[in-house]
Formats: sequence, structure tokens, C-alpha cells
Amino acid sequence: MGGRVDRSRPLQFRFDGRSLEGLQGDTLASALLANGVHLAGRSFKYHRPRGIMTAGAEEPSALVTVRRDAGRETPNLRATQVELYEGLAAESQNRWPSLAFDFGRLNDFLSPLFPAGFYYKTFMWPRGAWAALYEPLIRRAAGLGKAPRQPDPDSYAQRFAHCDVLVVGAGPAGLAAARAALGAGARVILCDEQAEPGGSLLDGAAARIDGQDQTVWLAQALAELAGSARFTLLSRTTAFGYFPHNHLGLVERLTDHLADPPDGAARERLWQVRAREVVLAAGAIEQPLVFPGNDRPGVMLAGAARTYLNRYGVRAGTRAVVVTSTDAALDAARELEAAGVEIAAIADLRAGATVTGTRGGQRVSGVEIGGRTVACDLVLMSGGFAPCVHLFSQSRGRLTWSDAARAFVPSSSAERERSAGACRGVYGLAAALADGTAAGFAAAEACGFRTSARRYSVSGEQAARKAAPAAPKSSSPAGSGKAFVDFQNDVTAADLALAAQEGFRSIEHVKRYTTVGMATDQGKTSNLNALGLVAARLGKSVPEVGHTTFRMPYTPVTFGALAGLARGDLFDPVRTTPMHESAVVRGAVFEDVGQWKRARYFPQAGEDMHAAVARECRAVRGSCGLFDASTLGKIAVVGPGAAEFLNRLYVNDFSGLAPGRARYAILLREDGFIYDDGVIARLAPDRFHVTTTTGGAARVLAMMEDYRQTEWQDLEVWLTSVTEQWAVVAVQGPRAREVLEPLVSGIDLSGSTLPHMAVAEGRVLGVPMLLFRVSFTGELGYEINVPAEFGRAVWEAVHGAGRDAGITPYGTETMHVLRAEKGYIIVGQDTDGTATPDDAGLTWAIGRKKPDFVGKRSLERPAMKSPDRKQLVGLLARDGSLLEEGAQVIATPGQKAPMKLIGHVTSSYASASLGHPIALAMVAGGRARVGETLWVPMPGGDIEVTVTKPVFYDVEGARLHA
Amino acid sequence: MLLIDCPYCGPRPEIEFSYGGQAHLARPTRPAELDDQQWVEYLYLRANPRGPHAERWRHLRGCGRFFNALRDTTTDRIAATYRIGEKPPARGGAP
Repeated sequence: MGGRVDRSRPLQFRFDGRSLEGLQGDTLASALLANGVHLAGRSFKYHRPRGIMTAGAEEPSALVTVRRDAGRETPNLRATQVELYEGLAAESQNRWPSLAFDFGRLNDFLSPLFPAGFYYKTFMWPRGAWAALYEPLIRRAAGLGKAPRQPDPDSYAQRFAHCDVLVVGAGPAGLAAARAALGAGARVILCDEQAEPGGSLLDGAAARIDGQDQTVWLAQALAELAGSARFTLLSRTTAFGYFPHNHLGLVERLTDHLADPPDGAARERLWQVRAREVVLAAGAIEQPLVFPGNDRPGVMLAGAARTYLNRYGVRAGTRAVVVTSTDAALDAARELEAAGVEIAAIADLRAGATVTGTRGGQRVSGVEIGGRTVACDLVLMSGGFAPCVHLFSQSRGRLTWSDAARAFVPSSSAERERSAGACRGVYGLAAALADGTAAGFAAAEACGFRTSARRYSVSGEQAARKAAPAAPKSSSPAGSGKAFVDFQNDVTAADLALAAQEGFRSIEHVKRYTTVGMATDQGKTSNLNALGLVAARLGKSVPEVGHTTFRMPYTPVTFGALAGLARGDLFDPVRTTPMHESAVVRGAVFEDVGQWKRARYFPQAGEDMHAAVARECRAVRGSCGLFDASTLGKIAVVGPGAAEFLNRLYVNDFSGLAPGRARYAILLREDGFIYDDGVIARLAPDRFHVTTTTGGAARVLAMMEDYRQTEWQDLEVWLTSVTEQWAVVAVQGPRAREVLEPLVSGIDLSGSTLPHMAVAEGRVLGVPMLLFRVSFTGELGYEINVPAEFGRAVWEAVHGAGRDAGITPYGTETMHVLRAEKGYIIVGQDTDGTATPDDAGLTWAIGRKKPDFVGKRSLERPAMKSPDRKQLVGLLARDGSLLEEGAQVIATPGQKAPMKLIGHVTSSYASASLGHPIALAMVAGGRARVGETLWVPMPGGDIEVTVTKPVFYDVEGARLHA
Repeated sequence: MLLIDCPYCGPRPEIEFSYGGQAHLARPTRPAELDDQQWVEYLYLRANPRGPHAERWRHLRGCGRFFNALRDTTTDRIAATYRIGEKPPARGGAP
């Protein structure tokens, strides 16, 4: 009888394949207990039988996997928080072949081999056995649930919200705070992790608030709150993280409690709330006691047994022993007795009782107290309460030790926040209501609202849950058998003693060495006991030992909730050029360059990439190729100070660059290393067109703005990104001029009027054009810049006009090969952020007469001039094989690891033009090694290579000037 | 996520900004006159304080401007934001 479950709505569910019945309103845990099922799982390391220890989020042991279908299988859910629905299918974890008969139990008997930190001391020999044998075995033997193998088919929503006051926790303190703030005029959001708001008001006490039964008062208070448009209640919503400046992360569970979630309904919603003021009313968590055998199924927290009785109408056993250091457990015992549970014994540690062990295998059958065994099937333990300070600590508030509460409580806040009720050590219903009201008013006042007094009258309240045990609750447990501190990670009191014995003094070290508090429950039921034991061992007080850092999330959060809509096609924006469709219809294979889609090659029937690239390369050098260069960054640098600005920034001297001319330019960082390169053209005395690499566009513009805004405010110059404003159609090859001439008006394309590295304005097919005579292929080449909306039409027109000349679209792969044949570097491939201009053979680009430019001073550092620096060279394999990019280079063959590495291969391609593979590499003192033989060690053997200059084709560069 | 008060746009979430490192570092006007140690100090050595830190932010996804901020590196509290070229406000009183 009793409880808030609905007896008129029975539900069928399955646990480990067994059909059972529960009621609407049950959790999986309460339903299992109602069926007399206590064995719920096997522990992490020792595979000990475990049951249900708590009734809430702090549950360490009853972790299950809930499965809806192949794609919806969620491991490590706390059975105490799984809402029962018709057809729910749950499985226990970490056992084989079955929960009742688990081979892993062997670990328990071998436990002397597995104390804390065993993997630092054992399983070391022979060396090879660790990777091949020990680690795989240990990993398989340990662990909890199994990770899902299928993609998550559910969708997840995200929302941002702003409010005056966010109240976390809808127990009495939180409700009072919300009422107070709302009444003062504030916009209030109230969230609670449970399906039903009310917190401790739901646990069946007979107190009366303002003359009403507490549950009646609760219903009325909720109705009143819901009547205001300024109020939002978020149930089934866990506040998991407190981020800077009152930014909190909440996860609302939308469908996990439904038997049949609507198709396409979001499973969870992530709320990101920015609150002007926060009230934390997160309650307190009852703590277990540490005695041998405290982990058997049937051993649970006294408050949990009370909750199962009053809220779910479930008697967790028939004959109970109470082990306690607080009065709260006595209240629980009284209520259970009134409900028909026999109380066999009460071991009050404050009165000197000692528990030396428990009996029973898969269910507790007895407790050893002071030398005699008391038969029972239920043990209620209560070691006091720990205020739930997780969110407060995440907000970087300071905790202080309270002797009265025997726990850490919030002291000074770091954010605009205050705690109320049990989460700051204020216990009892009347006190919680008063404390919550005060906090709510304080929050509202801080927002500028005016408040008035409000008081609640409470009667019939049971003795306040006193937190302070008189005796230390974590005395070194006498008796044999394991006394558990952290149930989820199987950390025992002996493990903590071992850590102290081995010299660990800092609580942070003890935590990591023993893994206490590091499981998914984050030490909610172990941190305080661990501190007490460690303090006792070190002969210090608990505050002297201190506490570890509380980390987000408070309880585990799904990846889906955090990803929201940013999945699949929406993970990252896709950028395409105006000519994208032209490449698609021609069957191009694309590659990702940053967020851009670039055509990599254009395979014709039957061609693989190798064949397509070879054909494209031959076409470019033999007649004419067509390439989309639109993705490269373009920046308009304009103003009276434009030339001086570029002079100060890039290595080149632009003062002598006449309008109509362009230059290959290099940008260094202040530390002297190559950051980006491109072509800079002068269109007018105060107007420059700067190009960058595709990937470097944003960071080059950012660097420019940095210097413009914060260093060189003396210069009048403006910067505009025009990357997406200009489409760039590149035409490269000996017949390029022939193809373009009929299409171009206003520009004479002859070599004398438009030489290599010239730029001119004109029209192509009537469309305004900026024409660059530039080449990244080493052939006669042009880059047609037209406004983006004309890009595709111009591309198609040039393609049509070039048909007789055999014009061939080519992609980035061919572009890479052709430039490598000429020794043109690609920043970020041949350089890695540690190459100077000299390393890359580009000293010629530096303006000799410039007194300063970004990076110049760094080039003077001795280390930057060392002849042993890695320098750009070519490599040709003696046997004609294709070297692997990234392969290392060594000076003598047959070395054993660790070899003396003198360089690495940066670019490597098969070359159709040359008939053999070529490679570029950065090799120590490379330029002095031209002609030498070096080696590239590979798994199959060392490859002999000859060092060459980094130009393979048309060394004189005659073809450029055709 | 920090809430940063852009001097031009008002309070905006951190995601709109990019970080700009320590503030008030003036690029030496005559780098050639510095010895290597002095140059290295300019390049690499930073205050890295525990406490108030004058640093730059740029409102990249807003007005695009750089500005300065005085942020406490332990509490993330931003005591003030001010424009490039201005001096940090006098410190004193609780952050």
C-alpha cells in the first residue's frame, strides 16, 4: 500500500530476459525490488554480486543497459533513474555467462593480485606480453556496459534561454526560492532531474505546511507557479554543468520514459541557460558506511529504503538490520517497522557498536555485530549526509569544512549564485523553506526587484536529519572481508590505506592512484568517506587534507545532446565554388580542403586516379588545362597606406611594384617562420589584390587586421575579404593564349604587353575581368577573375572555346604534381611552421633594402642561419619507386632504431611529364648534399635515393615566358 | 562560456570572439637594435599571471574590432573592457 505509483496501471517489463510486472510511476529499481529482485549487476573489478544501494542519481552499483532496438541501446544507466514503461527491456552488465553465475567472480578470489594501482606493479614481464596478452585480457575482464555499435538514430534538440533567476532543484528549498523570486517579479526557470518535482516532499513524511499535508501543499504550489507566464518548469532536466558567467548546461529527457516515443521526436533537449542570478537547491546525498561486506545485494541506504516504501510502496526486505551513525536511519527504521518489516537489530556506531562483516552470496543473509551474527535480508546503513556541492564547486565557489555538518559546505561564491537548503548543510523542512525563500528573495533583489517577507508554518515535522555522527564514521574497519568505499570502481578501505602506506599524501594523488571517486558517479557516495579514511591515516583533519575537484558533468550526458543538430551533413558547413556543378556533371571526384569541396581529378571511363592524373598532366603540358582556383583567399588591401602596410608585413619589397604587376609574396610570423604565401598584384598606387592559400585565407586576414588595428594605426588602409566575390578560372598550358585570345577584349595578350606576372583589367565574353598572367604549373598560364555570379558561365565558355585545342579540366591532384615538378612549395605541406625562407630556397623573395618586416629580426638569430637546418631538396629513388610522403630520411642504411633522422619526404608523386616518380623533401643541410646518396627506411627495407635540386622540369623556366 | 562586454557592441557570448593574447605588448620600433635575448623576450615570454590579466579579444563574429580586457585568470571574472590604445582602469576594490 501507499506510494505515488498507480496501481491501476500495471506494466510488463523484462530484466535479463525474465518477464516481470511493475506499475506506472515505478523506476526500474523500485520495480525490481517489488519483485524481490536485489541482484542487479556485477562490480567493475571483482565481479562481486551487487544490488540497489540508493534511490537516486548517486546509485553506484545498479547499472543496466536498456535496449529499445538495435540502434537504441544505452549502457550504464542507473536503474534508480530509469522510468519504467510498458515493454522496457533491461540487462545487467559486466557478467558472463550470466548475472547469477559469472566467471568474472574469479577476480574476487584473485584480488590480492589486483589492489589499487596493480597495473603499475604487476603484469610487467615478459615485456611483449603486455600489449599482446595482458592488456587485452585486463580490458576485457574489467569494464561496465558495452558501448553501442550502431549510429544513434535519435534526434536531439538544443535551446538557449535567458532568465532572471534559475533555480536548480525543486525540493522544498528550491520551490520556496522559485516562489519568492517569482512573486517579486522575476522571470524564473526551475529545473529538477526527477519526473515529478518535489524532491524530499515526495518521500512520504507526514509534515504539514501552512496547515496542509505536504503533498497537497506541493500540488498547490506547483499550480500557482504554473499560472505565471514568467515561470518555466523543466522536469526530467538535470543541470549538469556550471560554466563561467552564470551559463549553465541542462539536459531535458523527453522520450526515454515513453513506451512509444512519437516518430521523429527529439529524445533529449540541451538547454544552455544564461541566468542573471542562480539559486542552487540541489539537496544532500546520504552516505554509506564503510564496513566489511557493505556491498552485498540487500545492503542499502536507510533513506533509500524509506523512499522505496513511501514513494513506491515497496518493502525492500522482511527483516532488517540498521547500521547507523545518525538519527535519520532511526526514522527510516520506525517507518519500515510500521509497514511490517521486522527490525532485527540496530547497530549505532555512536554507541560503540562495530560491524565486522556480512553474510550471504547474492543476497545479504546476516550481519556480524560485536561478535554475533544477526540474520536479516536487508541492511539499512546511514553515514550522514553530504551536501550536494557539485554545481557550486564547478562555479569555482569556495568550500569550507563544517564541523557541525561533518561535510564540506559552500562558503564564498564566485558567480552570482547562492545555495539554499540541504546543499549548504541546512536540514529539515521548515529550515529548507525559510532558507529557500531567503535565497529566492536575495536573487530577485540582486536583479533589482523589490521583495517582501514570506514565512511558512510547518508542523509535524520529524526530527531534522542530523548530519553529524558523534563517532568518526570511517573508522578503520575491523574484521575480514572487503570494506568498500567506492562501490563503482571497487575501491576498498584497504586500497586507501595502501596509498597512504606507499607515500601518497595529496588527496589528488590518492584519488588517481586508487581511482576512488573517478567512476561515472563521481564519488557521490564515496568522496567523503575516502577523505575521512585518508585523513585518519595521515593523522590530519579532513579540511587539512582538502577535497578533489568536482568536474562536469554531474551525471553522464549523451553525445547526442551535445551534438544537437551538428551531425552528418550539418556537422560542418560545406563551401562550394561557383563552378562546382560544372565539375560534378563532368564526374569529378572531390576532396575536402578545409570546408571547401575541391575537384581532385576528373576520371574518364575506366580511369583510376593514377590514370586520370597522368592524362590531365600530359594535357596541361601538351596543350591546355582548365582549373578552378576560386577557393584561394583574396584580400583587397586599399588606401594611401596600402603599399607601406604590405611592406611592413610581407618579406617582399613592394615599393618598386608598378601598377599592373604582380609578385610571389611570402608572409612570415614574427618568429621568422613561413606562415603563408601567395601572389600580390598592384592594381593602382593605393590598391592591391592579395591572394593566400586556400586554408590560410582566414588566418592571414586575421593577422592583417591584428597589425592594422593594434600596431600600425598610423597607416590609412582598409582590408576586405573578397574570396567569395571573385571566381577564378585558371587556364594553363602552351595553347592557353590561343584559347583565350578570341574571348578577351580590352587586353592585348601578347607576351610583350602582358608578360609573366602581369595583371590587367578587361572583359571576357563581355563580363568584367581581372586577368592575371600567373602560373602554378610552370606553363604559360592565366587566371581569369570574374565576379562570382559569372564564374560558371565563363568556365563553360572557355571549355567550349578550347575544345579544338584539347582543353582538359584538371583537379587538385594534377595541380600538386605539376607544381612539384617545378619545385613550387605548398605552405603546410612542404613547410610545417618551422621553415624559414632560406630553408625553402626563397631568400630571393626578400626585399634586401627593407629595414624591417614581420619576422626579419628573427631570421638573424644564430639558430635560424645554421647550415644544418632542414632545406628543400628533390629526391629520386634509385629503383624508380614512389616514396611515401612523411617517410624519414637517414644518411646511412641498415640502422637500428632509434635511427638518426636527418629529414623527411614532404611531397611525392608519379610524374607523367618525366616518366618516373619525383619527391620533395626537407633534409638537414640539404643544399650541400645535392648529388649525394641517402636512404629512406621503410618496413620493407631501406630505399636508396639521390639528392637533387628541387626542380625537375624546365629548369630554366623558359616555358613560363612563352 | 564567458559573457564579454565588447566596448562597441555590448555583452556578447564568448563564441563570437577570438582570443588575442596578452595586451599592451608594443612591437619594438627598431627590432634590429635589440639583442637576441631581448627579441626572444618579446617573441615568447609572457606574464602568465595568476590573477588579473590584461589581454586582447577580437569581436570576430561581430564588429571585428580588437579591444582589451582585464580578466582574472583564476575566476574568469572580467573586471573591465577598454579600447585599443587605452590604459587598463586602475585596480582596486573587489573584482
